[in-house]
Amino acid sequence: MGIKIKELSISLGGFSLSNITFSVKDGEYFVILGPTGSGKTTLLETIAGLNKPDRGEIILNGRRITNMPPEERNLGFVYQDYALFPHLSVKENILFGLRLKRLKRQDLEERLKKVVNLLSLQRLQKENPGDLSGGERQKVALARALILEPRILLLDEPFQALDPHTRKGFQIALKRLHEDLKPTVIHVTHSFEEALTLGERIGVINRGEIIQIGKPQEIFRKPKTRFVAEFVGAENLFKGNIIKRDDRTFIDIGPISFDVVTSRIGEVHAVIREDEIILSNEPFRSSARDRFQGKIVSITELNLCYRVVVDVGVQFSVLITKRSFEELELFHGKDVFITWKASSVHIF
Amino acid sequence: MKRDILWIVFYILGGVVLIFILSPILSIILSSSPKVLWETIREQEVYKAIWLTLYASLISTAVAFLFGIPLAYLLARKGFFGKGFIEGIIDIPIVIPHIGAGVALLTTFSQDTLFGKIFSLIGIRFVGEVPGIILAMMFVSIPFLIDSAKEGFLKVGERLEKVSRTLGASPFQTFWKISLPLAKRDILSGLVLMWSRGISEFGAVVILTYHPKTCPVLIWQRFESFGISSARPVSALLIIICLLVFTILRIRIKRWGLR
Repeated sequence: MGIKIKELSISLGGFSLSNITFSVKDGEYFVILGPTGSGKTTLLETIAGLNKPDRGEIILNGRRITNMPPEERNLGFVYQDYALFPHLSVKENILFGLRLKRLKRQDLEERLKKVVNLLSLQRLQKENPGDLSGGERQKVALARALILEPRILLLDEPFQALDPHTRKGFQIALKRLHEDLKPTVIHVTHSFEEALTLGERIGVINRGEIIQIGKPQEIFRKPKTRFVAEFVGAENLFKGNIIKRDDRTFIDIGPISFDVVTSRIGEVHAVIREDEIILSNEPFRSSARDRFQGKIVSITELNLCYRVVVDVGVQFSVLITKRSFEELELFHGKDVFITWKASSVHIF
Repeated sequence: MKRDILWIVFYILGGVVLIFILSPILSIILSSSPKVLWETIREQEVYKAIWLTLYASLISTAVAFLFGIPLAYLLARKGFFGKGFIEGIIDIPIVIPHIGAGVALLTTFSQDTLFGKIFSLIGIRFVGEVPGIILAMMFVSIPFLIDSAKEGFLKVGERLEKVSRTLGASPFQTFWKISLPLAKRDILSGLVLMWSRGISEFGAVVILTYHPKTCPVLIWQRFESFGISSARPVSALLIIICLLVFTILRIRIKRWGLR
């Protein structure tokens, strides 16, 4: 069960996909991660049946649907710009697909109520899409797809147009929704953080080709190509336990522990981006509570900066500009301090 | 201050244009007293001509809607070989002299031609008949509808149509429920434009059908036979009716567009 994409190739208006092969299991949350222009939207549209592939096959629940028109596939699609119908109210937007099915009025109302409650859209039903905020539009677009109980939910950069605060809230909401309803999801994004937060498995795509597929940890630990390594850029990945004590929440990764901001508990992964760690010769004074002392164990010159690896019990990789590197007079074996904000620790 | 001079000059030049358009219209309307206008409209020949002009143009607009809207949608959505050429063809009636268009229509649709024979099989004759008026009006005014509808369809985001398909709508349902309603405003204004262009057509109509007379033909005939004083009240009437109808329609369309 689930969906299988086999050697799919298509060339369409500047975008081309070649030999795309992957499968997504029933109920799985699959994220396709790739830079802008890598063909992600084209891939989703092709799966939805909106583009005709040149070669390859799409198999849904064991059935070949490669040439099936989109309206028969029952795959939900949410675009990054939401694509709400501007001439219809929120309610009519949500009901658009169901109305075509000529359901009994009672069933219609029931399903509407269910999805409206699920996404807390009760108050907005009579509004026009044009009067809604970005987050609200996103919910309506999602409701419009979910009400049809699609076999797969296709999400095209669903958070792209939201402000960072709304984005975070929506990510959590979507994650919860997935845990509750277990829909099969294919979600494309260029955001590494989004992929981490939501993806059970990730496929990395670049220039129309899938380069690597695996669980988030695998992608980070063993990037297959340099592109993947650079794109995910996750040098500082740790496994540990979240502990809440007094009013502190921190993660214990063995040799050290540090503060984090999360509602998760138990065993998790933590990532700190290399460019969010501050390196200094003296203890750095800031609101950041976590500060560790260690020795520089390696220095690599990159194009515009240096990558410095500091051993504080575990190894942290830090990116530092060439200018700071010279100002700090760093050298192999030197004792330094590293600091970061608790909010830059990404937990998944 | 120097920058303001540009705007002052442009206001003056623009004002000249407005005066140029408004003064003949106001002068013809004001030159006939309400009493004369009332008497004119009660003449059988006049009100028949006005009525014929309005409904013939309406029919031509309706027929053009049926065939022109699909073409406009094709042009907005599909890329194909020779598309620019086809768009050029559609605009031909705007650029050729209408009296020439009338002659061309006559040579194509008179009874002894292929098209003439085909249509006479279903009882439609063009020369000297109302269908001839409709045909002539349609020929010269259909570009306005197609161009306007095409612009309207171009404004409808393709993603809306794509989403509609993923929600279970067939291409027909998508066109009917999404594309058409969203292009409504441009289509309506195209229809109004086409209708008004049809009403005012003289050259092509007079070649195909002199009698029954449309309003422009009647104005011409009165001008030729009795002079300007006879043509003026009918002209004033036609202009007043057109202005009234189009002002009302424009307001309506604006409201629809805002919804």
